[in-house]
Parts: sequence; C-alpha cells; structure tokens
Amino acid sequence: MKFSLSWLKDHLDTTASAEEIAAKLNAIGLEVESVENPADKLAGFKVARVLTAERHPNADKLQVLSVDTGDGQPLQVVCGAPNARAGLVGVLGLPGAVVPAGGFELKKSAIRGVESNGMMCSTRELELGDDHDGIIELPADAPVGTAFADYHGADPVFDVAITPNRPDCMGVYGIARDLAAAGLGTLKPIAVQAVPGSFPCPLPIRTDDPEGCPAFYGRAIRGVKNGASPDWMQARLKSAGQRPISALVDITNYVMLAYGRPAHAYDLAKLTGAIFARRAVDGETVLALNGKEYTLDSAMTVIADEAGVHDIAGIMGGEHSGCSDETTDVLLEVAYFDPVRIGDTGRKLNLTSDARARFERGVDPAFLDAGLSILTELIVEICGGEPSEPVFAGEPPAGTKVVAYSPALAETLGGVAIPDDQQRATLRALGFASDARWNVIVPSWRPDVDGAADLVEEVVRIHGLDNIASTPLPRIDGVARPTATPAQALERKVRRAAAARGLNEAVTWSFLPEAEAEAFADGNGGLWVLANPISEDMKAMRPSLLPGLLSAAKRNLDRGATGLRLFELGRRYLRGEGGHSDERLTLGAVLAGEKTPRGWATGKAQGFDAFDAKAEALALLAEAGAPVENLQVMGEAGPQFHPGQSATLRLGPKTVLARFGMLHPALLKQFDVAGPVAAVELFLDAIPAKKAAGFARAAYAPPALQSVTRDFAFLVDAALPAGDLVRTVKGADKANIVAVRLFDDFRGQGVPEGQKSLAVEVTLQPGEKSFTDAEIKAIAERITAAAAKLGAVLRG
Amino acid sequence: MDYAATGEAALARIGAAQELDALEALRVEFLGKQGSISGLLKTLGGMSPEERQTVGPQIHALRESVTAALAERKEALESAVLDARLAAETVDLTLPAPAAPRGSIHPVSQVLDELAEIFADLGFAVATGPEIEDDWHNFTALNIPESHPARAMHDTFYFPDCDTAGRKMLLRTHTSPVQIRSMLQHGAPIRIIAPGRVYRSDSDATHTPMFHQVEGLVIDKGITLGHLKWTLETFLKAFFEREDIVLRLRPSYFPFTEPSVEVDVGFALVNGKRVLGGSGDEPGHGWMELLGSGMVNRKVIAAGGLDPDEWQGFAFGVGVDRLAMLKYGMDDLRAFFDGDARWLGHYGFSALDVPTLSVGVGARA
Repeated sequence: MKFSLSWLKDHLDTTASAEEIAAKLNAIGLEVESVENPADKLAGFKVARVLTAERHPNADKLQVLSVDTGDGQPLQVVCGAPNARAGLVGVLGLPGAVVPAGGFELKKSAIRGVESNGMMCSTRELELGDDHDGIIELPADAPVGTAFADYHGADPVFDVAITPNRPDCMGVYGIARDLAAAGLGTLKPIAVQAVPGSFPCPLPIRTDDPEGCPAFYGRAIRGVKNGASPDWMQARLKSAGQRPISALVDITNYVMLAYGRPAHAYDLAKLTGAIFARRAVDGETVLALNGKEYTLDSAMTVIADEAGVHDIAGIMGGEHSGCSDETTDVLLEVAYFDPVRIGDTGRKLNLTSDARARFERGVDPAFLDAGLSILTELIVEICGGEPSEPVFAGEPPAGTKVVAYSPALAETLGGVAIPDDQQRATLRALGFASDARWNVIVPSWRPDVDGAADLVEEVVRIHGLDNIASTPLPRIDGVARPTATPAQALERKVRRAAAARGLNEAVTWSFLPEAEAEAFADGNGGLWVLANPISEDMKAMRPSLLPGLLSAAKRNLDRGATGLRLFELGRRYLRGEGGHSDERLTLGAVLAGEKTPRGWATGKAQGFDAFDAKAEALALLAEAGAPVENLQVMGEAGPQFHPGQSATLRLGPKTVLARFGMLHPALLKQFDVAGPVAAVELFLDAIPAKKAAGFARAAYAPPALQSVTRDFAFLVDAALPAGDLVRTVKGADKANIVAVRLFDDFRGQGVPEGQKSLAVEVTLQPGEKSFTDAEIKAIAERITAAAAKLGAVLRG
Repeated sequence: MDYAATGEAALARIGAAQELDALEALRVEFLGKQGSISGLLKTLGGMSPEERQTVGPQIHALRESVTAALAERKEALESAVLDARLAAETVDLTLPAPAAPRGSIHPVSQVLDELAEIFADLGFAVATGPEIEDDWHNFTALNIPESHPARAMHDTFYFPDCDTAGRKMLLRTHTSPVQIRSMLQHGAPIRIIAPGRVYRSDSDATHTPMFHQVEGLVIDKGITLGHLKWTLETFLKAFFEREDIVLRLRPSYFPFTEPSVEVDVGFALVNGKRVLGGSGDEPGHGWMELLGSGMVNRKVIAAGGLDPDEWQGFAFGVGVDRLAMLKYGMDDLRAFFDGDARWLGHYGFSALDVPTLSVGVGARA
C-alpha cells in the first residue's frame, strides 16, 4: 500500500514529519517498507535566474550564463540547452548535488576552457518528466534562491506492508485512523454528501446470488465526459504506483485507495437489460480487463446482464463493458461480496487484483452507501453528468460483533498494565464502542477482531510494545536438566563421530529428480512425488540419502576435487500408516576419488574400496551403540551396489542396520559420476534402543594369567567367506578362545587351484592355571575339527 | 721389571686401537687367562712377603690402569659406532607427514546443537514432527482455514495424496505443526523448541525451497508477552554471546498467534556486513527482521486439545540458516545445500566444537 504524505494529510490533521509518521506506523504494526522522499533526491538544486547568456568562445552550441542564485553573487555556468536565455528562471544544480537521472555528482569544472559552477537542469535530469529538449522553465515569479525541493512541493511517499487481517488499512483513511489513535494527529471525518438522483435508474439492478453477493448498490450517471483526471488525482494515483487511465477509471481507483472501497463503472451503453449478480455457468468465459480470457464455473459469482458476463465479481471487470473516452453514460457498481467466495475464485483463476485483495480480506459492509455517494460526487464534479436515483439491491451483512473484554488482560496476556480509561480511549479512537461492563462493539471495518485477545492486541500495540517489560520465565531449581531424547543423543553423537573420522557433513535437498529417487526406491510403497514441484530436479522425496550425496560428489569432482568423503544425517521419506509418511533417521556417506593421493612414502594414489566403507559402517554403528560384535555380514545391499563388493550388516537375519560397498557402475553411469565410489548407509532407526543404564561400569577384572596366541592356516574353498571360518573357529571352544583375528588370505603358489589359504591368530585365555601342552593340543584339535566342518584343512 | 714402562706401553697400544675387535684382542693379550698381566699376577705367589709387599701394589696398579683404559677405550669406540649409525639414519623431516582427512560439521547442525544447548538451560526440550504433513496440522489447526488469504502467503508444496482421513498431504511450510502435535501428545505445561526442515515454493538469493526453522512454544499458566520478550532476548544474547542485543517488537499478524509480534534486532554495519548489537536507531545502525512470534491463539490451543481458558502461552519461529549466516558470516543461502567440500571445509566446524555453556556455545573463528 503506497500513498503520499499529502494524501495522508487529506484525512489526518498532523504536524508530524515523515520520519515521525514512519516510526509510528512501524510501532503500531503497519510495517513501513520504504519512505521515498523526492526532496532527498533534489538536495542541492535551487531556483535560479539567468541574468546574461553569452556565446561560448570555443563552442558553437554552448552558452556561458551568469546565474543569480539569490545571494547576490552570480555564478558562471556553461549550458548547452537551446532555451537558455537571459531572464529565464530555472533550476540550478550546485557542485556537490547528485543528478537524480544519472546518479553523478556535480563538480566545479572547466568546459572547453570556461569555468562552470553548476548545471541548469532539464525535467528528465531531475526525474520529474521526460522532457529533455531544454532546461526547466519556471514561472517568472518563482522565488530565486529557494531550494527547488521546497518550491516543487516534494511529497514523501510511504510504502506500507498491510497484514492480511487489516483490510481497513488498505485505504489511506484507515491508516490515518490508526495514526490518530496512536496520537499522531486528528482524524478528519469523511465528508459524505448524499447526492440526490434526478431520475430513476434506467435499468434494474438485483442480486440473484445473495450468498456470493449479498448487496449490490448502484446508480447511473448520464451525460458524463470522460477524459484525463485532474492533476491532483493523478498525483495521488502515481504516488500509489498506479497509472492514470481516464477520469472514470481513476475515480474508482481513487475511492478504492482512499477508503479501501473497490467499485466498478460500466459503460451503460454496452449493457443490455437488467444488470445483476449471479453464479457463473460452468464453462462460461469472460474477457477481463487485463486482456486475458477466463473460463468460469458455477462456484464463482459474476456480474452479468441479459447478454452475458461483464465482471468477475469483486476481482476484475470485463473488457467489453469498461469505460472508454467515448463513454457518456455510466453505471456504478458498489457491492459486497463474500470474502471466501472471492478468495476461492481468485485462487482458482490464479488472478490477483487490488479489488480481490480487499474483498477477500473483507471490506467494510457498512460503507456501501457512503462509497456510492463519494463516487457519484467525484464523477459529477470531474466529469459532469446527471445521477439517477440509487438502487439498493440486497443487504450487506450487519457485521456487528460484541466482544466481552476485561482490561486486566492487557497485563495478564499482553504483559503490560494499561489504565482502564486509557484502554477505553484507545478503543474509542479505533472505532470500538464499549459500555461500563466492557462489552465492546467491534466497528464494521474490523472483520479481524472477534475475541478479547484481539482487543489486547489493539490496546497494547497503540500503547507501544516497547513498554512491555521483559519477564523471566520461571526456572526450575538447580542446574538445568538434560532434555535430549535417546534418539537425539544418538544423532548428535554419530554426527560428530563421522566428522571425527574425517567425513564432511553435507546438507542436501530432501527432494530429487524423480528418476534419481526411483533408482533408490527399492519398492518401499512408492515415492512421495510433489504435485507442484518448483522444478523437475526437486520433485520426489528422497527414499535414501545416497542419491543426493552422489550428486554432490559429482559436482565436487566436476569442480576438480580429488578425494571426497561426504556424509549426511537426515531423514529418508517412506510411506507409512494411514496415508502418512514414515520418516526415518539415516546416515549416508560416499567416498569418491582418491583415498590417499600419490605420496613420497606411499607411491601411487589409492582409491577407496569396499573395506573403507565397511570400516565407516562398523565404526559409526559402534558409536551409535549398536552391538557390532554380534552383527552378521550378509548380502542383498541392493541393486544400487556392486553385486560382488557390497554387503549388509544385520542384527539377526532380518534387521538390517547398514549397507555398504562399492556402488554399481550402472548407477554411477546414470548419475554421470566417474567411478568408482564407495558408499555407506546406516539405518539408525533400526538400532535397538539401549536399556537405560547407570553411570558405573562393570568392575575391572583383568585375567591373572597372560594369554597365549596360536596361529592356524587352513586351506579352504576359495568361495568360503572368511567370516564363516572366523566365527566357526571362535565357537570351537568358547571357554578358552577369547579372540580370533584373520591375518592372511593367500592364493597362488602352494595353494591348489580353487582354494585359498586363510590364516588366523587365536588368542587363548587361561583361567586359574596356565595351559598345559596337552590342553593346548586339545584346543587346537577342537579348532581343526570345527574348521573341518567347513571343509577347511589345516595346512601342513 | 719396570712395571711403569710396561703399563705405558700397554696404555699406548690400547689408545691406538681403532676397532672393537682389536681392543678385544688387546684385552685377551693383557688380561686373558694367558695374558701378560695375568701372568705377572701369578708371579706374586712365588715371592717372599717382603718382595710381595713392594711388587704387589705395582702389579695391581698396572692391572687396574689397563682395565680402566680398556673400558674407556671401548666406550669411546662404541660411541663412535653409534654416531656413525645415527648419521646414516638421518631423514629429511621437511618431507610431509601422512595426511589425515579433516572432517567437519555442517553449520546448520552446529547451530541446532547450540540452540538445543541454550534452550535446555531454559528448560526447553527438543520436539520433532513429520516434514510430510497433512493440511490440518499445517494449516487448519493453526487457524488458517481453507479460504484464508494467509494460506496463499505460504507457497505450499502439495502431494497428490490424501491421508486416510482425507486430509491433503503437503510439505510443511513451517515448524508450527509441531505445536499442535506436542499439545495433543503431551498436554500442558509445555516448553519445547522444534527445529527442522521446512519447505516453500520460493527460490532466489535469499530464499531456497527448503530451509531450516526452529519453533519455540511455551504453554503454561500466566504466560504473557513479557515472558516472550525475555525469552527471545535471553536466547539471542546467549546465541550471539553479546550482552548488547537490542530487540524491537512490532505488532504484526500471524493467524496462529494473537497478539502477534514481529521481532527486529538492531545491527551495526561493519565493513559492509551486519553485526548484531546495539539499538537499530543509533547512527550507522539499522533494524532487521529476525523472527515472528506472539501469544498462541486460543483457537490453536483448543485445536491442541487444551482449554484456552486455563492455558496460555507464546510461540516463535526463526530461520536457523539465517541465524547461522548472521553469526558465522556466510552470505549465500544456496551454498548451504550444495555439498561443496570446499565450502564445508571453510564454514564447517570441528567435531570437537561441541557447544557447551561453560565454554560458550559458539565456535570462534
């Protein structure tokens, strides 16, 4: 909502400066987005008279002027304007002034060898018009020496953001009322004079859709002469950012901007028979004033005559029946439309307008009659003509609300005690009437107020939020208690563990291109795909954290990164119960490019392999509190992974805690990543919750005797997973074997084709007594026997 | 026999020995079982007591001086050997050591941890809710009915799906639905913050279609705007670790609060960057919008299953990414979600920068 200071002063008697007004507007909740003061741009420009004008000695098209700036010391100015001549009163920019059009600062200079102490300006240079044929010519009696900004009457323009609850402030008058209530002046009453009609309205007006259009007031004015609106009105409209069109159109716009009351003027000659509000017929079309055709439906209200639709009610008039320069007879429409209907229609048609903005927020239902009179009066005054008697079809909603209020609420809800009489005065100034028992009648222009809390807001905002004292929240005794849930504690710990392991945390979009999401969907009930994505790249919610990280890795590699370790901790979005989502905490990591660059000690650069992924998976699961000792390495990491270099980590056969390995070359190709890439995904939601434990650890009881190690090398089938052998060996004598570590996997010379040699180091822990040779031999035999069940043969 | 001359000759030969092997040969020659000095000692047995009295000490002195000379020479030769070995083992320590990758924490995570720490001290727990929401929780329950103009302000992403109750599914446009979920789930009193991702169909240098918000909610008895003001001041002072944070409260409008308050914070322009602190009205200062807040609307409290005549409270919402930018100096929001390792390394935090109240929640540059 934009308006000039002089416009505001039409309605508010005030001596406050633009700065004071802006500060008060902010303080009472009418947020000032900007105050543009043309005077600021005109600083340094003065009204000046040309005393003499001589030919420039070195240039044909230039003159050397002697200019009087009112201080008795004429200045020499070089000027190229053809109209510069002795006696002309114009505008001189002095050194230091900044020319609005070019933004350059004027300086004392020499032009072709002649000193110049400023510049005589054109209207375009001062951004006051388009004329650049010559310098500005002011009336001869313009006061030489005055600041041009003062002479010109520069009028500051406020741009105020109106919140959707305040339709009353979508007119300058409403803003003036708020300012007056806040003590910044006196509100001038609206001078409404009923304009009597001299003849009956020539066509019937009615509403056939009392739900959508409860009231339709109108009248005809015949014999008008349309043309340009007067300068004062054009200036007002321009300050509001509106382009003047013609007197009739400008007048309806002016009344809308001044009073928040939209109206429409039809060219009477283009109407056929009665004019009335009705529901549109499905499929009916109308060509609106913006030149676009709209297809309507039966949920929309329109204004129509017997020939067809002329107006999308409360939103935009039709091209066909609008006023033009040839219009001689007009029909005025001042109606009340149902706010919900207007909002629905506007959204459906995707059509915004100043009228819609007001109607859908709720115009004053008690201002139809007055609005019609003001319009009539202005049209007759500016365009002449003779008004008909008004027609009042239907009735606007009464809009009377009474709110039971208690002034104590200012303190108990608003946090600031305000004397009762002050609260009553504030409410009165805002148009609220109240009785002795604080039953408050809400004015018709405040559809937003329907409860006591709303009145608290009114009195507190006018009193000033600055006056609210900070009040500490009550604090529980002692040191703050921990608040994190186990899941939150786990998330924080795992995140920092990953960073501590050298991974960089990224945050990537929750939505992906559909094809990329599809590549990771794994049939989990279907992706969540947006109906109205901002772009095709942000369409489907991620079912995994890997695709986003993989794309990030690609971007990094494309930028020349050599080695990447990225992780993200966030949600993956699955389908849940009852049509809701199932959002699960997940950690994804990708390892791409070089693990170690070529080095003086390490030789060639080394890439990541599946064991790097495994190491991250196990380390992070351990930090997350998962029982990593009990996890099984199993297959089925998913089609996104290299089938021979990937695995899952499971707790029992079904609960998958993680998947890891090298990504499938086909996937890398789809993502256009030059591989190989190792990846990990931890399903943190699958980690079983730990039992609540105390702080004390189990007692420390180191074994009394030193442990013994023995090495065993087995020949096994090349396809046998080493993990199976380790698990079997470990289980061979649970009482004595405390650890089994695989330290060699050898194939080649000395090992038969199709077999491999696996060597393990077994740690034996004696209890009370040291092992005898016979005992160790017996354990070794149990180990060999157990391994034999896997087809393992002890190497000789 | 001239024992002194014998001694001198022996010491000279020991001193001249250049190898440990040669030295050992001399030891055997002098002190071995068949050694010359060992032989002299054996002659003592055949001497008269008087003779032994005079010759004995001389022989013993000879033996001792030779023994000492051998030991001294041995140590000198061993030391020379060690020096030579060490000299041969010299490495160039200007060569680089093995590099370990430096991990980092994303600024959004860091700031969320900071917020959790500060608000824990004020007694606020951290609550969460789904990002794929239904329109009842995101709008209707927050006093934004279907036709409300405020719905249009939210630029909502919708799914074609409805839940089994027929509610339209969407991406939450704010963290406020967690207010409703918390009230319904836990009742009152409540003190929570609810951080998380939110989504709006908006994209330019300062807006991304996904960003992070943190919601604050207090529901209790006798809570007023004064408590809201104190809470926000206290939180911002703690977060920015500055005592001179000045807030400006402006009346505003949000459907879910009444009264509603927009909160500006004063800043100074320092080298073209906004540095929070001081009143925005001071010369060289300004105000910037930081967050929206207000007293929870009665209808929202009722939608949360609580009696608005019994309970009241305040709520606020603030952009987490924005807080991070203001505190740590990033100027492009889009870079937050790009995963550029260079940016993550530059603006990210050490794993060990765990925010604590005793050290200060912020990690200094």
